Amino acid sequence: MSVLDHIPYARFLGLRAETVDGEAVIVMPYQPSLIGNPMLPALHGGATAAMMELAAVERLARDLEQADIPKPINLTVAYLRSARDRDTYAHARISRAGRRVANVLVEAWQDDRAAPIAALTAHFLLPV
Amino acid sequence: MIETLLPQLATAAPHTAALGLVYERLADDGTVVLKGPYSEAFIGDPRTGVLAGGYVTALLDHVGGLSVWTALKGYAPIATLDMRVDYMRAAEPPRDLIGQARCYRLTRSIAFVRGLAHDGDADDPVATMQAAYILTAARPEREKVGA
Repeated sequence: MSVLDHIPYARFLGLRAETVDGEAVIVMPYQPSLIGNPMLPALHGGATAAMMELAAVERLARDLEQADIPKPINLTVAYLRSARDRDTYAHARISRAGRRVANVLVEAWQDDRAAPIAALTAHFLLPV
Repeated sequence: MIETLLPQLATAAPHTAALGLVYERLADDGTVVLKGPYSEAFIGDPRTGVLAGGYVTALLDHVGGLSVWTALKGYAPIATLDMRVDYMRAAEPPRDLIGQARCYRLTRSIAFVRGLAHDGDADDPVATMQAAYILTAARPEREKVGA
């Protein structure tokens, strides 16, 4: 059971928490409604960013055993490669969790784990 | 010319259609305004009904791209290089979200954009954004945009 199952927007994006090669990842299975540029075709950057932010939420909920969903303070997303019409994976790592704030780094990729499509850094306010 | 293209560019892609985005207007200074209608499908916290941060980010990413095409006075291939979003406060459910953005500088290869999201009062934003977009087809020279 993942916190993502309770978040309507995660369900809208079709997100699943899985283990791939021993690593906890979030999967966004390809669906046509994720396409932002039909000519390339490429996924919408907003879908990729949202998926990565929710991967950070899932990681925080899992590792910190929080009942409440952590609130985002800010995020920066860098788009490294075009996201094509296929499944997308993300792995989130908590770089620091203090009493009030956590910093989370998320990497997303498609076919090649070594060729990320996007990198996200986010701060979250932790539930008191 | 761009005024007639914007409504199409705002809503035509499958993901923007799925997000329910609605084109609102283009202001004289080049600010593009979109609406993201509230929907239970876009909730990020089921206890409060507050829209997901990712939904706010998707709206801002898209309206930012529209502001670049507005500054370019037409469609050209662009890609978001990076985007920073600060979440000031939760959007008030069930209010619709308004996203607005303006491209304030174009160079030969990069467009710089600022924007914000609000739920009724632009002076009390839900989130602010700053983004850079790369123009994948190079342009002749840099220019300052608008007034």
